[in-house]
Amino acid sequence: MQIEFRELDGKSNAYYGLLGGWVALVLIGLFSAFQMEHYGHIITGMNNQVVWGMPHVFAVFMIVAASGALNVASIATVFGKKFYKPLAPLSALLAIALLAGGLTVLMLDLGRSDRVIVAMTHYNFKSVFAWNVFLYTGFFGFAALYIWTMMDRNVNRFNKPAGFGAFIWRLMLTTGTGSIFGFLVARQAYDSALLAPMFIVMSFSYGLAVYLLVLMLAYRWSKRLIGDVVITRLKNLLGVFVAAVMYFVLVYHLTNLYFTKQHDFERFILLDGGIYTLLFWGGQIVLGSVLPLILLYAPATRKSVSATFAACLLVVLGGLAQMYVTIIGGQAFPLQLFPGMVETSSFYDGVIHPYTPSLVEILLGLGGVGVVGAIVVFAVKLFRFLPESLDNSVIDAHHNVH
Amino acid sequence: MSDIDNYRRRFMTGVVGVAATVSLPAGLLFWQTAEGKSNDDTGLASAKTRWGMLIDTTKCATGCDACVRGCDKENGLSGNTSPTSPQWIRKVQVSNPSTGNGFSLPMMCQHCEEPPCVDVCPTGASFKRVDGIVLVDRHICIGCRYCMMACPYKARSFIHHPETDQLAEVPRGQGCVESCTFCVQRIDEGKTTTACQDACNAEGHQAIYFGDLKDPNSEISKQLAQYSSQEVLPNLDLHTGVRYQGI
Repeated sequence: MQIEFRELDGKSNAYYGLLGGWVALVLIGLFSAFQMEHYGHIITGMNNQVVWGMPHVFAVFMIVAASGALNVASIATVFGKKFYKPLAPLSALLAIALLAGGLTVLMLDLGRSDRVIVAMTHYNFKSVFAWNVFLYTGFFGFAALYIWTMMDRNVNRFNKPAGFGAFIWRLMLTTGTGSIFGFLVARQAYDSALLAPMFIVMSFSYGLAVYLLVLMLAYRWSKRLIGDVVITRLKNLLGVFVAAVMYFVLVYHLTNLYFTKQHDFERFILLDGGIYTLLFWGGQIVLGSVLPLILLYAPATRKSVSATFAACLLVVLGGLAQMYVTIIGGQAFPLQLFPGMVETSSFYDGVIHPYTPSLVEILLGLGGVGVVGAIVVFAVKLFRFLPESLDNSVIDAHHNVH
Repeated sequence: MSDIDNYRRRFMTGVVGVAATVSLPAGLLFWQTAEGKSNDDTGLASAKTRWGMLIDTTKCATGCDACVRGCDKENGLSGNTSPTSPQWIRKVQVSNPSTGNGFSLPMMCQHCEEPPCVDVCPTGASFKRVDGIVLVDRHICIGCRYCMMACPYKARSFIHHPETDQLAEVPRGQGCVESCTFCVQRIDEGKTTTACQDACNAEGHQAIYFGDLKDPNSEISKQLAQYSSQEVLPNLDLHTGVRYQGI
């Protein structure tokens, strides 16, 4: 039995309401960006100590999740698992949408967004950021090509090389994203090669969680059938990724705890950093990792679709918390000009830098989420991204998984 | 081919057509911005010179901020010290918690030979002139603040709001990053002192030497040859243009 893909009808009020909602979010985000452009970053919570704020939390999360969302497709094409094949087109679509959302936020947060074109015409090839400009563009290209080879029978024979290219590229992309921080020798929170692989594992986890959320909602709202075979397979994989992220977080902090010079920083994140400590333990570890693992694997909840849905949602929230702790916590802790000495100055040397996100920057971040939603909702109506049914009977007949 | 496919094909053709129509004039409009100003335009700088600074912390008085005020005046900074205010130079009070010993020093862009800000800048807006001065090309700075993340000395500031009353020779603008320029506007006029140095001398402290590190007869070179001095964060091996005595 062949699995049929079909676009959504997308004629109901609910569909237009949903699309309208995402578009409204995009407009709110654009309005916020305009405010920031007009009044300057003074209306954000960012300052000369915490230079990257809430927009970066959203943007980096989405960019990391983008490459992770492509994994489902990679498993089908690169690793030849037929089971994942019907799930692949949505995976590639989501990858494009998430990257577009993240980049929108990143570009609109620039001090001179009007000059974004300069980033395309002037390159400093030693800059990880400049590499990323190529990595982002290439990722769009590969993902689009990949979708084309999935959807057009004439070019289907190129599906494997396109998928392979996209897979390699996504690993490079996330290495690039992690290295934005990893290559910063100046700050104690970063300056580590571990960040590149850690970001890759984080992308597996965030990307799959977002993918599952979108898949479940799409099938629920379009009244199409999705069986527990598909969901169980994906949620078990998600559990592995969540655990893997925890492993990397553990190694990162253990390494720091071993080095005396890093003790102050670790104390800040793990013990007395206020919001950062709370977000680390409460957000990233408990809500974002431990609780999802329980929901995904505990006998009482492991068969519940709602529990899986909740687990995915928690992984996303935990991921945002992790980004907040990594990006903002890493800057809130002061630079040390003279290690071991006490420093004071009018420029806030030696003190923890306070940061409170303002509404405009949160709305800009949400605008990026709107971009993701709008692209996905529009695209599933325009093209055949979603199989008509992912019910157990269809999956079983197609793959003999049982 | 079904109607839907036909429709879809027409739709996609339409989308591409509209995109092309919109992007062509937009592209032409952006051309000027995109071209910007080339950062290899280093004007009067010469590679035979490397400008550097030596600060004798034993002469730098705790509580004195004459250098900061001198810099603010020279470069048109407000002198505000809110978390969003630019501060090109600041006085840092350093003390050893186990011995109680301490010193005071001015901290600013260290004009590294291997500047991390230049490494990370995506557009090349952060650049080092051939005479060793690290600057931001305001024509191509996009305001990403990656240089501020990368600078180990926290020497850079971002302009958070529209700037008015700028000085003609020190143009500044919202949305760009800036930092100490070694008073490049003076140097390019042939002067050989910085505003902070003049202010320090006027207070009678004489804690700041400025000059050409490549000229063995310059006062700074003689001082460096005679007395021991050190970079801040020497472990980073950035070969800073600013060195300190007594730290």
